[in-house]
Amino acid sequence: MSAHAHAPVGGRLVTVPFLVLAFLAAIALALLAGRFVYGLGAVTNLNDGYPWGIWVIIDIVIGTAFGCAGYAVSLIVYILNRGEYHPIVRSAVMASLFGYTLAGIAVMFDLGRYWNFYNLFLPWYAQPNSVMWEIALCVAGYITVLWIEFAPTFLERFGLHNAREKLSRVLFIIIALGVLLPTMHQSSLGSAIVILGHKVSPLWQTQFLPLLYLSSAILMGLALVPFESVLAALGLRRQLETGLMGRLNRVILVVGAIFLAVRFGDLLFRGALGHALAGDLRANMFLLESALFIGGLALLARQQAQRSARAQFIAAVTLLTAGILFRINSYLVGYEPVNGTWHYFPSVPEMLVTVGVFSIEILLYLVFVKKLPVLAKHA
Amino acid sequence: MKRRDFLKATAALAAAAPAAGQAALMREPKPMPPQAIGMLYDSTLCIGCKACMSACKEANDLPPERLPEGGEWNTGTWDTPLDLSPTTYNIIKAYVNGTRAEKDRVEDGYAFVKRHCLHCVDPSCVSACPVSAMHKDPLTGLVSHDPSLCIGCRYCVYSCPFGVPRYNYDDPFGQIGKCQLCSHLLAEGGIPACCDVCPTGASLFGPVEQLKAEAQRRLAAAPGTELEFPRGEIGSDRPTHVAATGNYQQHLYGDRELGGTQVMYLAGVPFDKLGLPTDVPDVGYPTLSEGLQHTLYKGMAGPALLLGGLVFLARRNIKRNQADDPLFTDEGMEPDAAAKKEEKDS
Ligand code: SF4
Ligand code: SF4
Ligand code: SF4
Repeated sequence: MSAHAHAPVGGRLVTVPFLVLAFLAAIALALLAGRFVYGLGAVTNLNDGYPWGIWVIIDIVIGTAFGCAGYAVSLIVYILNRGEYHPIVRSAVMASLFGYTLAGIAVMFDLGRYWNFYNLFLPWYAQPNSVMWEIALCVAGYITVLWIEFAPTFLERFGLHNAREKLSRVLFIIIALGVLLPTMHQSSLGSAIVILGHKVSPLWQTQFLPLLYLSSAILMGLALVPFESVLAALGLRRQLETGLMGRLNRVILVVGAIFLAVRFGDLLFRGALGHALAGDLRANMFLLESALFIGGLALLARQQAQRSARAQFIAAVTLLTAGILFRINSYLVGYEPVNGTWHYFPSVPEMLVTVGVFSIEILLYLVFVKKLPVLAKHA
Repeated sequence: MKRRDFLKATAALAAAAPAAGQAALMREPKPMPPQAIGMLYDSTLCIGCKACMSACKEANDLPPERLPEGGEWNTGTWDTPLDLSPTTYNIIKAYVNGTRAEKDRVEDGYAFVKRHCLHCVDPSCVSACPVSAMHKDPLTGLVSHDPSLCIGCRYCVYSCPFGVPRYNYDDPFGQIGKCQLCSHLLAEGGIPACCDVCPTGASLFGPVEQLKAEAQRRLAAAPGTELEFPRGEIGSDRPTHVAATGNYQQHLYGDRELGGTQVMYLAGVPFDKLGLPTDVPDVGYPTLSEGLQHTLYKGMAGPALLLGGLVFLARRNIKRNQADDPLFTDEGMEPDAAAKKEEKDS
C-alpha cells in the first residue's frame, strides 16, 4: 500500500464524545415524538407570521450548504481536473452524504402533513413553477447520487471488488449528476426567497439570490474542507494537511471574490446600500455578515494564512459563519411578516432537535472514519 | 490566474452584474380570468357588525374561537377570534387613532377592514405550492385549497403577500385554512355567505368587471351625496342600501396591486392604515420567481446541456487520473510531485 491509501482510522468506537453525541441525539428523538403526537406547535415556536423556523433554515438551508463539500471538491477535481485534491474527495463526499441525508430526514418532521409527502414525486400533482418542488426533487436525487458516489468505500471495506469494478465504469455519469444537482438546488434555495417580495428587506431581496446562494454554497463547501481537516487532525491525532489546504484556499479566494462582487454590485445598482446604515437589527446583521465575509477572505489572502493551520482554521470558521448568517438573514432576520406583531425565536426543544441532528452527523462521521476507508492514510 | 487578471475579471463582473439585472428575468403577468368573479369591500359602508364573520363560520362549518382569557362571560358560544386562523377565514379588524371620534378619519378616527383571501390574479400561494394543493380556477379565478394533496410545507403561508393562509400548529394533523369564496355555495347557485348577510352592501359579490365599474361610480360621486348601494350580489333584485357617499381615497385597491386581485377595496383612510401593502409592484411576485426559474430551466435545455458538458469533462478527467483517484482504486495513490513538495514546505 502506498503512503496515501485510504484506511479506517480504527480505535475505540465508544468514547466520551460518542456518548455525549448519542445522548443529544436521544433527546432530539424524544422531543420529536412530542411533535408527532401534539403537533408542530408543541415543540416549536412556529406561527403563521414565521411559518419556517430553524428546522428549515438551519437543518435544511444551512445543513445542505455545509453538505456542499462533496459538490465543491468534485467540481474542482473532476470538472476543473485538479487531481491533487484526490486525498480529500472521500471525506468531502462523506460530509455531503451526512449533510444531505439528515436534511432529507429533517424535512419529514418539519412537513405538517408528512404522510402526503410522496405527492412531491407524483407527476400529476407536480407543480414545476414551484421553486420548492424543484428543490425537493433535486435534493432527493442528490441524496441518491451521494450514496452511489460513496458506495466504493463500502464495497472496498467489504471486499466486493467485482461490484466496485462495475460501478467504476458508470461512475462518471453519477459524478456529473453530483455536480449538476447541487448547482440547481443550491441556487434555488436563493430563488425560493424571491416570491416573498417586499416581505424581505432590500438588503437581501434580489433577482441575484440564485447566483449568491450558489457561490456562497461553494464557498461554504470549500471552507468546510480545511475546517474538517483541522478538527480531524486534532480529534483523531492525524497529520495536518496544511500544504494541500493552502492551495485550496486560493480557490476559496476566487469564489469568495465572485460572491462579494455580485453581492455589492447588485446592492449598489439597486441603491439598497443605504439600508445598511439604518442602525436597526437588520442593518447591523447585514454589516456583521459582510464583515465576516470580507474578514475571512482577507485572512486567507494574507500570505501566511496559506501556511499556518491555525490561520486557515480561523478563516474557514469565519467564512462558514458568514455563510450561515447570510442564510439566516435572508430567510429570517431580513424577513418581515404581514400585519401585526409576530415573533419568532426558536424554542429550547426546537433548538435541541437541531443540535440532535448535527450530533447525529458528527456521530456518523466518527463511526464511518473509524470503520471505513475514508481518510487518506499518512505514512 | 495572475492577481492582476483576477482583479480585472472581478471588476468586470461587478460592472456586468447590474446590467444583467436590468434585463429583468420576468415572465408575463397573468391576465384576469375570462369569467372572473370576486368581491368589492367598501370600508366606508362597513359598520363592523361582524355578521359576515358568523355567517362565514356557519357556511364553512367552522368552530367558534374564544380568547383564552375570555373569562366567565365568554364561556358560551361567542366567537372572538383575534386574527385569521385555520378556523377563521374572515375577520373584521379596526384601525383606531386617538379619541376615535369619527369614522373613516385618520386623526382621532377609526375605520374597519375585512381580511380574507383576495383571490389574486397572479397568486403567490399557487405558484409556491409544490404539489398543486393551491389551485386557481381557470374560468372564475377563485383560489381554492385541497387538503388531501397538501404536504403541510407552509410555503403558501410564507409567500402570500397578504398573510392569508393559516396552518394549525397545535394539531398533529394540522391543515391549511383560508377563504375559498364559498365555492360550495356558488356551486348550488348561492353567493358567498358574508355578502349574503351584509346589511349595508359593504361586502358585495359579483363579476369583477361589474364590481370595478361600481367602484368607479362610487369614486366619481361627490362625498356626501346620497347613493343607492346594491347589496348581496351586484345586479340582483334585493332592495338597495341608501346612504351618503363616503370620502374615498381616490383609488380602488386591487385594481393593479401585485398584478390585481379579485377581491377589491374602497376606503376612507389610506390603505396601508388598513394593513394592505401599498408599496408594491404592479405585477405579482410570481412573475419574478417564475421568470427566474423559466429562464434558468427553459425546457430543461440549460440543465441538459450543462449535464452533457459535465459528463464529458468528468469522463475525460477521470480517465486521465483514474490511477490516482480514491473513488476508483483500492490500492490508494501516490501523492503527485506538487503535493509532496508542498508537504515538505509546511
Ligand atoms: S391573497 Fe394570498 S392566499 Fe389568497 S390568492 Fe392571494 S396569495 Fe393566495
Ligand atoms: S402548505 Fe400545502 S397548500 Fe401550502 S404550499 Fe405547502 S403543500 Fe401547498
Ligand atoms: S356584515 Fe358587512 S357591515 Fe357587517 S361587518 Fe361584515 S362587511 Fe361590515
